[in-house]
Parts: sequence; C-alpha cells; structure tokens
Amino acid sequence: MIQHLLFMNRLTIFGLVIVVILVLVAVFAPLLATYDVGATDLSMRYLAPSAAHWFGTDSTGRDIFSRLIFGARISLEVGIVVVIVSALIGTVIGAVAGYYGGLLDRIVSGYVFNVFLAFPGLLLAIAMVAFLGAGINKLILALCIIGWVGYARLIRGQVLKVREYDFVQAARALGASDARILFVHILPNAIQPLIVQASLGMAGAVLSEASLSFLGLGVPPPAPSWGVMIEEARDLSTLQAAPHALIFPGIAIALTVLAFNFIGDGLREYLDPRQRAR
Amino acid sequence: MRTSFRYKILGFLRRAFILLLVVWTVVSLVTLLIELVPGDPAVAVLGEQATPEQFAQFRLKHGLDRPPFFFSFPRDNSGTRHFVWHGPDNRYTDYWRALLHGDMGLSFRNDRPVRDLILERYPATIELAIVALLVAVLIAIPLGVVAGTHRGSWIDNAASVLALLGISLPSFVIGPMLVYVFAVKLGWLAPSGRFDWSDIILPSFTLGAALSAILTRMVRSSVIEELGEDYVRTARAKGLPERTVIYKHVLKNGLIPVVTILGLQLGILLAGAIITEKIFGWPGLGLLLVEDGIGKRDYRVVQGCVLVISMTYIIANMLTDTVYRWLDPRIRVS
Repeated sequence: MIQHLLFMNRLTIFGLVIVVILVLVAVFAPLLATYDVGATDLSMRYLAPSAAHWFGTDSTGRDIFSRLIFGARISLEVGIVVVIVSALIGTVIGAVAGYYGGLLDRIVSGYVFNVFLAFPGLLLAIAMVAFLGAGINKLILALCIIGWVGYARLIRGQVLKVREYDFVQAARALGASDARILFVHILPNAIQPLIVQASLGMAGAVLSEASLSFLGLGVPPPAPSWGVMIEEARDLSTLQAAPHALIFPGIAIALTVLAFNFIGDGLREYLDPRQRAR
Repeated sequence: MRTSFRYKILGFLRRAFILLLVVWTVVSLVTLLIELVPGDPAVAVLGEQATPEQFAQFRLKHGLDRPPFFFSFPRDNSGTRHFVWHGPDNRYTDYWRALLHGDMGLSFRNDRPVRDLILERYPATIELAIVALLVAVLIAIPLGVVAGTHRGSWIDNAASVLALLGISLPSFVIGPMLVYVFAVKLGWLAPSGRFDWSDIILPSFTLGAALSAILTRMVRSSVIEELGEDYVRTARAKGLPERTVIYKHVLKNGLIPVVTILGLQLGILLAGAIITEKIFGWPGLGLLLVEDGIGKRDYRVVQGCVLVISMTYIIANMLTDTVYRWLDPRIRVS
C-alpha cells in the first residue's frame, strides 16, 4: 500500500513539475522563443529537428519550437479563464441553490443539471461557435457555458452536506447572517473538492480548446494554437515530409492534459483517505 | 408490494417528464441558435453583393422573413430598442410544426431537404460508432483481464502505460499518427474515405482508443475486486481450474459495471465521431456538420445535425439507463 502511495505521489509530482514548466514557458515565451512565430520562409520548410530549429520547421518554414511555446500561452490562457469563470459562476449558483433550496434549487438541480447531463458538452460548444463565429473569446464563452454546471453540482452537494454539521448549526444559533454562514463556515469546507475539480477542469479546457481549434472553430489559424498546429500538420504531404510537425504539438497536448489529470487525481486521493487504500 | 409499484410508476413518470424537458430544451436551443448569427443570415449565406430581390426571395423561401420568436426587441428608426409582441405565428413555432412533420427545412446552399442529407449520412456515423465500440471492447476485455489477474507483472504495467496513452492522447493526435504509420509509411491502408471495407479500420481505432483505455482500467480493477470475493475462494477450494474460475465466475460478475458504461459511451462516441470523421473524411453526420454545415454557413444543416446527434445521444443514454435498471434490481426501486 505504501508503495502504491509513493507511486501515486510520484505521478502527482510529475504533474506539478510539468505544470510549473508550462507556466514558466508561457510567461517567458517572448524570451524563450528562438524565432518569430509568424515568420514564414518557404526555403526553410519541412526541416528536421536540428541545433538551429530544435523541433524542426513546418510546411511554411515556421519554427515549431517557438510556435509551441506561444501555443502554451493560448492553452493556459483559455484554460485559466474558463476554469476561473466557470468555477465562480458555478460556486455562486450551486451555493445559493444548495443553501436556500426552494424554487431556484428546483430549477437548477431538477432542470439545468438534467439537461446538461443529457447533452454532449463538446457538441454544444461546437454549435455555439458555429453560429457565433470562430474566435478565442467566443470559444471561452462557449466553454464557460458548458463548464459551470459541473462546479455548481459539486458545490451544491457539498453545501447540502456541510449545512447540517453542528458548527454550522452553532453559528446559526449565535445569530450569524446567511452570508456569513455561507462564506465563512460552509464554503471553506467545500473548497477542497473544488480544487480537484478545477485541476481536472484545466485538462478538459485545454483539450476542448485544442479540439475546437483543430475543427477550425477556436483560435483562427495564424495563431500558434496546438490544435491549429496539428490541423496544419496532418495533410499528407506534410505528414510525409515532416512528421515531427504533428508529433511535437501532440506530445505537448498529451503532457499538459496528463499533468493536470495527475494533479487532480493525486489531490483527490490525498483529500479522500478512503481512496488511498486502493 | 403496492408501494413499490407506485414508486415504480412515479419514477417512470419522473424520468419521462425529464426526457420531455430535455428534448424541448434541445429543440428550442437549436431553433434559437440561428439568432446568434452576427448580422443577417441571408447576407452571411448569399454574400454582400446579392441583389435585394435575391435577399427577399431567400428570406421568403426559408421563412427568415417571419418574426424570430413570440416577441422581439427590434430597433426603430431612431436606434432605440423596444418590445414587440408577435404572437404564436413565428419562426420558433414554424420550426416545431415542421419538425413534428419530420421536416427539418431546406439546405441554405442546395435547397435539398435537410432530412434527406442527414438520412444519407446517418448510417456511416452509426457504423463507425458501433465498430469503434467493438474495437474498444475487444481490446479492453482481454487486456484488462490479463492485467487484473497478473497484477504487477510486465504485462500489467504495459497495459497501464497503454491505457494512459489512450486517455491522454486526443483523437486528433492519434488519428493523424495512425495515418502516418499505416497510410504514409507502410502504405497498407487508405488515409481517408469510405470505399473499401478496410477503410473503417483506422477511424474505428482512432475513435475507440480513448474508450478502450477507460474500459481496460475498469475491467482490471473490476477483476481485482471480484478476485477478492468469497465465491472465488469457494470456487478455487472446490478444485475448479483457474481458467474456469476467471472466465466463468469472475468475468461474469466483473463485467456488469462495464456494460453500463458502454451505453453511456456510445453517446460520447457519437459526439467524438465529429472529429474522427473530419480526420478521415468519413462521410457521416460529423463531416456533414463540419464541412457542409459550418464550413459553408449552411445554418439549416447545422441545426439538423446538432438536433439529430443530440437526440441519438439522449436516446442512447435512456436505453442504457433502462438496461441498467433491468440488469441490476437493486436500483430499480430506489
């Protein structure tokens, strides 16, 4: 069992290391990039990885390493905004619905949750962006609209549970206001699963951004989104001449998604000792 | 006895009511989504250079000249918005009325009924989803059983790594990589299209990869859990060969949770098929949605595709729920 725990911790640490690197890379992207992200040079196309171009060049001669670095910015930006906005909206709605109950709770838990459960999230995002038009802001809007429900469900469940605890009853008996009970007593106790959900949500948002950009519905092409890079690398002549143009962005997406999932899973196990035994 | 019957009826009615609500919401969303188009859909489809007569004719043919909803807030000449009531004769009710007659409108591009366009493509998507499901099951069950019964062995570790890869690599990375290996390098399979029976191999592996990874993990942990049960010890104690214990006893019980996940996953596969179909030029609903619908701004086609994909998803979920209740009597009453 101890071995298993260590193994799990190692994966969590691996995830943390990757995320820290990713954040540093995104923050210092202009310093780290060796070439101009948009500069095309057809005489330099399809170059294999070398000392000059660490990850090679793509079909228009752009440096893949530099594009990946700036792509990390897009991924993290979308991920962070989507997670923060969805978590805030979800927490407020979930907390109010769980705490007060009544009509709002009936609408939220009886109707909204069921509808969103019965509907594939990616399809809703695709449909929205299809009608609104592509673009990073519309992408973020669409991902928030499908994203907040998960947080609302989680927080509502937590609030329903914590609401009945003795210390909450005690606070109420002492005359604390609803707002004080909710923000000082209940929410801090519901915050841990929220962090787990947010970490898993980052993985989901990064993946959704790449998927929609791949479909041509996210960040428009000249921008170095990882999804766009894969879409550009997958035509047969590029695959034939420069498979690295596909492989490096693929690895970047996989590592990022894995890292956030490892952190989420690790935190969940850490916070829920019953799971550690498995 | 009587109460349990009453609960059953109530539960059924509740689920039927939620289903109706979900269907109503999806249709309403799809109907109203067209109002999100920035500017005028007629301009978006015909282009700026069309004549006023062409615009008028287009709007008339597709019902775009009618009020969008029961009420709206149009701008008057001075630019301020005010409330206008249109009554029950509007585009929203038009769409519902047509839909109840099995009509999803005409394509904005080629005037063909959207229903016909969808019916042409639907079988290809279902075929892809079902084959992907089979691929996932055929990989996951043997791999999960071997990994679960040989815990900690190299094959267990290999299965874990493979499952991890399947979960973390999205289909739009796996798909082109498979194309690179099997179409570009080895030349065994065609990179895209749906002409030969072998053309389904790459798309179905791409679509089924994530599912087979999830299933492998589930089967593995399920087998490990069942191996610790008393009935396994009994079966071993009475001298049954290990093979019989695993395949006759453990697998039978261990697969119940897996079956329930499968139905839910069929719906997810349908949504995921949009990306896979684009990668491989597989002529299903997803390709219709992305290329003909979104790519050519044919909003009627987008509406129809979103509607049909969601309905299929909802029905797949409902059927799973029913099968689950039927398989596991413990949740029938609760």
